[in-house]
Amino acid sequence: MGWRLIRIYTILVYLFMFLPIAVVVLLSFNANQFGSFPMTGLSTRWFEALWNNDAIMRAFRTSITLGLMTAVISTVLGVLASLALVRYKIPGRNLITTLLIAPILVPEVVLAVALLLFLNFLNIGKSFTLLLLGHVIFTLPFVILVVQARLVSIRRDVEEAALSLGASPMQTFFSVTLPLLMPAVAAGGLFAFTISFDDITGTLFWKPGGIETVPTQIFSMLRNSISPEINALGTVIIVLTVGLPLIGAAIARRLATKSGG
Amino acid sequence: MSIEQREARQPWILLTPALTAVGLLLIVPLMFIVVYSFWLKSAAGADTSGLFLDNWKEALTDRFYRDILLNTLKISAITTLACAVLGYPAAYFIARSRGNKLILLVLLMLPFWISYIIRTMSWINILGISGALNSALVWLGLISEPVQMLYNETTVILGLVHFLLPFMVLNIYVSLDGIDTNLEDAALSLGATRWQGFLQVTLPLSMPGLAAGGLLCFVLSAGTYITPVILGGPRDAMFANLVYEAIIKQLNWPLGSALSLLLLVVLGVLVLIYNRYLGMAQLAKGLG
Repeated sequence: MGWRLIRIYTILVYLFMFLPIAVVVLLSFNANQFGSFPMTGLSTRWFEALWNNDAIMRAFRTSITLGLMTAVISTVLGVLASLALVRYKIPGRNLITTLLIAPILVPEVVLAVALLLFLNFLNIGKSFTLLLLGHVIFTLPFVILVVQARLVSIRRDVEEAALSLGASPMQTFFSVTLPLLMPAVAAGGLFAFTISFDDITGTLFWKPGGIETVPTQIFSMLRNSISPEINALGTVIIVLTVGLPLIGAAIARRLATKSGG
Repeated sequence: MSIEQREARQPWILLTPALTAVGLLLIVPLMFIVVYSFWLKSAAGADTSGLFLDNWKEALTDRFYRDILLNTLKISAITTLACAVLGYPAAYFIARSRGNKLILLVLLMLPFWISYIIRTMSWINILGISGALNSALVWLGLISEPVQMLYNETTVILGLVHFLLPFMVLNIYVSLDGIDTNLEDAALSLGATRWQGFLQVTLPLSMPGLAAGGLLCFVLSAGTYITPVILGGPRDAMFANLVYEAIIKQLNWPLGSALSLLLLVVLGVLVLIYNRYLGMAQLAKGLG
């Protein structure tokens, strides 16, 4: 295959990836009351409808609360574990890493069933707590992978310098290691938030009746048919989930240049 | 306590929260459903504990479950193959292009941030009765009436490929990026054609990435629950749908446990074979 052919092929692959998403955004501005072609004109009425839809707004609040709590817990657990794995020589390091990554390798349905039945056995029924625990265990491996990768590239010397100048291990962590690690902590947290915000399979098993997250809300709306309102919701989520990480990256970059890193 | 003893304890203190979480929320629950799969569902509500083989017998011998398991593996295999065919040239292009590598990589990462359910349902806008493709074909006069292109096995595979392709491309890219381009040039200077150089040098060296991407695609599609529900027809259930049906709809938890363990074992064997030949570190590279 010539280089030009590979280029055209790649462009087609990218079109395949993005065209359906572009159509969601396009149709969300459709004035027509059926969310479909042919488009009859441009309108933002479906975004207004979203704003006035209580169920959707409730789902948004649930998803954001859940995502934030998941991100905080996963990031704290992940940073601590990564420090131990990268900074210390511990026996069975590979086994421990595999164990911590295991939640990715277990199919999500299986993880969902196991956790649901076990907590139910302990008399902890479906609840927001179960949802939170499930999301934490599911996002933890991703945080560990991101933070570990960054930690490896932070030189041990800087920490040793601080220690030799009389800083305690705690002080060293908070004034030397953590600032250098911040981009990875932010990335890990964002990763956890987005995965939690997007999760549907586990959430369907764990959520108690009456609580909906954004994906489960969309899922139940899709049972009827695809409406322009769902496309509008899709557009809002695309803007949020693509926009937030980009803003996050920009902030991280600015912080990094300020601190001279 | 000496300083050395304190030093030796520190990593374990740091690891305790994460290990406790994985232990209590994954390992113990998994062992618990092993036990549960031998219990018996009783109509009264509380299931009967004990050592019954009924669920396993049903899960392993019922043709219905076997057919869906085989079909799930078939769909996953086709999806993985399609991802490899679509993904390899694209990954090669990104790895070897000079100028716009960063933009291409950022674009590749974007779908990871875009909601799975949105990406799945987006195909309804394309292939539905009043979707983009039907409208275009009618407008062009190629068909007189819109045709239903959705809700079959092909659209399930299409949705899965759309969802999993970035995983594949990223893994192959990581592998290709680590290969010294001088090796290809060396092959050329020794008289190989570009194609020969690729087949005998680059392709074999990029196999770990292809295998890691393939494993991810296969495992993730074999565990899918949502895609068949949204893009498939009534007959296109995959194995995870059976598990959901047993646990949530029928409340038959012992059978649901046996079915989920069956899926775990089938996929686990695959992961073990992979680990035997390539190792988990390779997988971590492409995920991170």
